[in-house]
Amino acid sequence: MNALDALRSALESLRASPLRSALTMLGIVIGVAAVIAMVAVGSGARDQVLRQIASLGANLVLVGQGSVARGGVKLGAGSASTLTEDDAAAILRDIPGVAVTAPSVRWGLQIVAGNQNWGSVLFGVTPDYLEAREWTITHGRGLSDEDVAQANKVVVLGQTVVRNLFGGGDPVGEVVRVFSTPLTVIGVLGEKGQNTQGQDQDDVIFVPLSTAKRNIPGMAKSNPRFVHSMAVKLQDGVDQEEAQRQIRELLRQRHRLVPGQDDDFWMRNLSDVSATRDESSRALSFLLAAVAAVSLLVGGIGIMNIMLVSVTERTREIGLRLAIGARRRDILVQFLIESTTLSLIGAGFGVLIGVGAAMLVAELAGWPTLIRLDSILLAVLVSGLIGIFFGLYPARRAARLNPIDALRHE
Amino acid sequence: MEGLTRSYRMGPQVVHALDHVTATVRRGEFVAVMGPSGSGKSTFMNLLGCLDRADGGRYRLDGVEVGGLSSDALAAVRNRKIGFVFQSFNLLPRQTAQTNVELPMVYAGLGRAARGERARAALAAVGLERRAHHRPTQLSGGQQQRVAIARALVNDPMLLLADEPTGALDSATSLDIMALFQRLNRQGITIVLVTHEPDVARHAGRVLSFRDGRLVGDHSQIPEDALSAEAVA
Repeated sequence: MNALDALRSALESLRASPLRSALTMLGIVIGVAAVIAMVAVGSGARDQVLRQIASLGANLVLVGQGSVARGGVKLGAGSASTLTEDDAAAILRDIPGVAVTAPSVRWGLQIVAGNQNWGSVLFGVTPDYLEAREWTITHGRGLSDEDVAQANKVVVLGQTVVRNLFGGGDPVGEVVRVFSTPLTVIGVLGEKGQNTQGQDQDDVIFVPLSTAKRNIPGMAKSNPRFVHSMAVKLQDGVDQEEAQRQIRELLRQRHRLVPGQDDDFWMRNLSDVSATRDESSRALSFLLAAVAAVSLLVGGIGIMNIMLVSVTERTREIGLRLAIGARRRDILVQFLIESTTLSLIGAGFGVLIGVGAAMLVAELAGWPTLIRLDSILLAVLVSGLIGIFFGLYPARRAARLNPIDALRHE
Repeated sequence: MEGLTRSYRMGPQVVHALDHVTATVRRGEFVAVMGPSGSGKSTFMNLLGCLDRADGGRYRLDGVEVGGLSSDALAAVRNRKIGFVFQSFNLLPRQTAQTNVELPMVYAGLGRAARGERARAALAAVGLERRAHHRPTQLSGGQQQRVAIARALVNDPMLLLADEPTGALDSATSLDIMALFQRLNRQGITIVLVTHEPDVARHAGRVLSFRDGRLVGDHSQIPEDALSAEAVA
C-alpha cells in the first residue's frame, strides 16, 4: 500500500464523520493558532525595539577608556588615560569599513542659567559624534568643524536641560555657565527619550571637544589628546565582530600592550545593550510557549482518544484488510497517516486563524506584529509529530488485532 | 495445491478445536466443509486461509510449508493465493463496489490504472459491471456478495475460501451464488466452502464432514447443477 492510497483512505474516513473530525482537531487548531499569533506579536514587539536601537546609532561600536592595573590593584573604568584623539584618527585611517570615528570627553557638572541651575552631563565632541549617534537638531544649529577648530564657547542643549533651565522658552542665543565659563546656546537637540536601560538620553549638553578640554578644570592635564570614549560608526554591511576584532588589535598595538596583559579600554556595541531587553521578552515567550504546549498536548490526547474509538469501530474493517493481504505494517501506517492527517489539517486551520488573529491585533490594537515563517513551519512540524506520537498507540492496537477475532467482531 | 496434511491442538487440556486432522484438497476441486457449530470446521477454514497458525502438524499450500512463514509472508500468501468470501460480505460501506474490489490490489502494490481495469473485469465476471459505482448500501444482498466474490477473485487466487457465503441470503439468491461458484470452479478455481446446510453442500464435488474437531467423513459426489438458477439471474 503506498502513501497516496493511505492518504486517500485516511481522508475518506475523516470525511465520514466531519463533526467528530473537526472537534478532534480543535485542540491542535487552538494550539497552533496560539503559537503563530503569539510569536507574531512577540517578534513584532522585538522588531520594534530593534528598530529603536538601530535609530540610536546603527552599526555603532563604542570604545571607551578602560581600567589599568598598577601593582595588582585594578583601578576603576576610566582610570587609564591612554585613549586619545590620535587613536580615533588611526582607527578611521587603518580599519577598513569604518565610516566615522567620533571621540568625546564627558563630565558631570552643574549648569547655570540666570538664577536656575541643573546638574547634567557635558560631552565634549566633534560634529561627527552627533552624526554617529544620530542626534537631530530642532532649533538653531549643531556644532560645526569651525567651532571645534577655534574652540568656540558654544553649547547645544538636550531637551531635559532646556526644560529645567528655561521652562518652555527658546534658549537659542542665551548664555549658560559651566565652571564660570559662559557658553552661548546655539541649538537644541531633538528628543530621544529613555534608552533601553531607562536612562534619560536628553539630559545632556554638547560643546566642542577643544572647548571642553580648554575650559573644564582638571580635564586633560596629563595628556591633552586624551578622550573618554569614541563612537565608531561602521559602513553598512560591515561585519561588526570582525571590525571590533581589528579595532582591539590596533588599540593594543598602539597602547603597547604585551600579550597576556588586559585591554586598557572597553568596547561595546548596541546589540550588547539590547541583549538585556531580549532577556525579558524571552521570559514572556517561554510563558506563551507553555500555554501553546499545553493546548497542543490536550489536542494530541484528543486525537489519541478519537483514534482509539475509530479502531474499535472499524475492527471488522481491519480484520477484512488483514484477511485480504494487508500486512500489519500497512494497518499501522494507515492509522498513523489518519492521525497525522487529522493533526496536520488542524494545524492548517490553526495557521490561518493564527495569522488572522495576528493581523487583527495589528489592525485593532495597533501593535506591531511580525508573522514569522519559521514559527509556522515549527508549529506544523510539531503538529505532525503530535499526530504520529499520539496516533502510535491506537495504530499499534489496530495492527496487532487478530484477523479472526476482528472479522467476528460485532 | 499439491497436498495438505495437518493436525492441530488447542491448548494442552482444553477443547481440541481440531484434533489431528489430515486432508488433501487438490487443484480444481470444489469442496464443501460441513459440520455442526463447534465441530472445528471454522478453525479448519482459518488455518486453510492462513489467518491462523496450527500449533501442531504441517500445512503445505502450493508446495510451500506455510507454518514457517513470517506474518508478512502469510499476508502476501493471503493476498496472492487466497480469496475470501464471508457470510456478512464485509464490504467497506463508504466505498463503491469498484473501490472495494480494488482493495486487494492496493495491498498487492498495483497502480491505479491497472487496478481500475482489473476491478472492472472482475465485476464483469460476476455480472455487476453496471453497478461499479454503487455503494454496498445501494446493492441487494446477492449483489453485495457478488462484489465480495469479485474482490476475492481479483488477484487471481488459486484457492477461494467461502465461509457460509449464502448464510445471509434467501434461497433463490443462494442458488444464484452457488451457480456462480460452480461456474468459477469449472473455470479452474479451487473452492473450499464452509456450510452447515446440506442443500448448499450438494453443489460441491466433495464433502468433508467434521465433528468434535475430527474429520469424520470424506466422500465425493456428483454435484447438483445450479446452472438453471444462474440463467434466471
